[in-house]
Amino acid sequence: MRLRYLIPVLGFVVLFIGLAVGLTLKPREIPSALIGKPVPVFDLAPVKGRSIGLSTADLKLGTPVLVNVFASWCVPCRQEHPLFMELARTTDFKIYGLNQRDEPDDAARWLDAFGDPYDRTGADISGRTSIDWGVYGVPETFVVDGNGCIQYKHISVLTREILEEEILPRLRGEKHVPCEG
Amino acid sequence: MRHFALLAVVMVALAAPASAQYVDQVLADRQQESRAQSLHKQIRCLVCQNQAIADSNAELARQLRTIVRERIVAGDDDTQVKAYLVDRYGDWVLMRPPLKASTAVLWISPFVILAAVLVGALLFAIRRRKQTQSPANPLNADEESRLASILNDRA
Repeated sequence: MRLRYLIPVLGFVVLFIGLAVGLTLKPREIPSALIGKPVPVFDLAPVKGRSIGLSTADLKLGTPVLVNVFASWCVPCRQEHPLFMELARTTDFKIYGLNQRDEPDDAARWLDAFGDPYDRTGADISGRTSIDWGVYGVPETFVVDGNGCIQYKHISVLTREILEEEILPRLRGEKHVPCEG
Repeated sequence: MRHFALLAVVMVALAAPASAQYVDQVLADRQQESRAQSLHKQIRCLVCQNQAIADSNAELARQLRTIVRERIVAGDDDTQVKAYLVDRYGDWVLMRPPLKASTAVLWISPFVILAAVLVGALLFAIRRRKQTQSPANPLNADEESRLASILNDRA
């Protein structure tokens, strides 16, 4: 009979755990609908002053690649930029830049000033390719596997922690999800 | 009267640029445009999140409104327009998430909680009633008369 006094305590514990878990979630980061799906079909000219553009075919190389959505007007992009520079210097992974809704001159100047870590760039001036990729904020960073399948997406500034725990393993071919379609 | 009309014209002219900034290119076909506007209210702005794209001035919302209009002109029905956006952004992009395995908890839990509360309240009421109807130790004749005299004193 005394057990019934435990009911409120139990209710409190359940509520406490529920709210505690809720606090660790990030409601602003919407899970990508495109994980495990092929990259969209697109073909973009390079950022002004560069010669190699970016298209769907460049994402089916047999090895995973990194796709970083950036823009000159995006302040947090500057914060993560040194990480991409370092990655380009110290590893052989292909890094592609998807330049979103930028003025061609601004994008070129930005890459000249802060350094260009990208093996290929695509100038998405209209923003339509980004929408096909399900991008809703800049910066976003994708890992695409060798078959052109999106394996992972990170929203907002890339940190060293995310790079080492989530991105590098996937670039090495670990932690991959099966590809649908 | 003429002054008033003039004032009205000036005020409208002043107000026009303020609203023009966010006015979309609407569709010529009225029926298509009204379908587009009703869809705009059902699609979430991903940058502002608790706003529909119909109410948002964000660049992405503006682009999504244009895409909805384009899909309608291309001959998509409402379900196809929504599917086009869900393919890219997931169920999140809909203001009213669909009922399926992953969202079942979201849809069902309010009813489960309501039912639990009603059952609890009912049980409580039944028990309450039983207690008041049959007191555990009824008073004997002596106690009854004492109680009556105490109550009479008070009155």
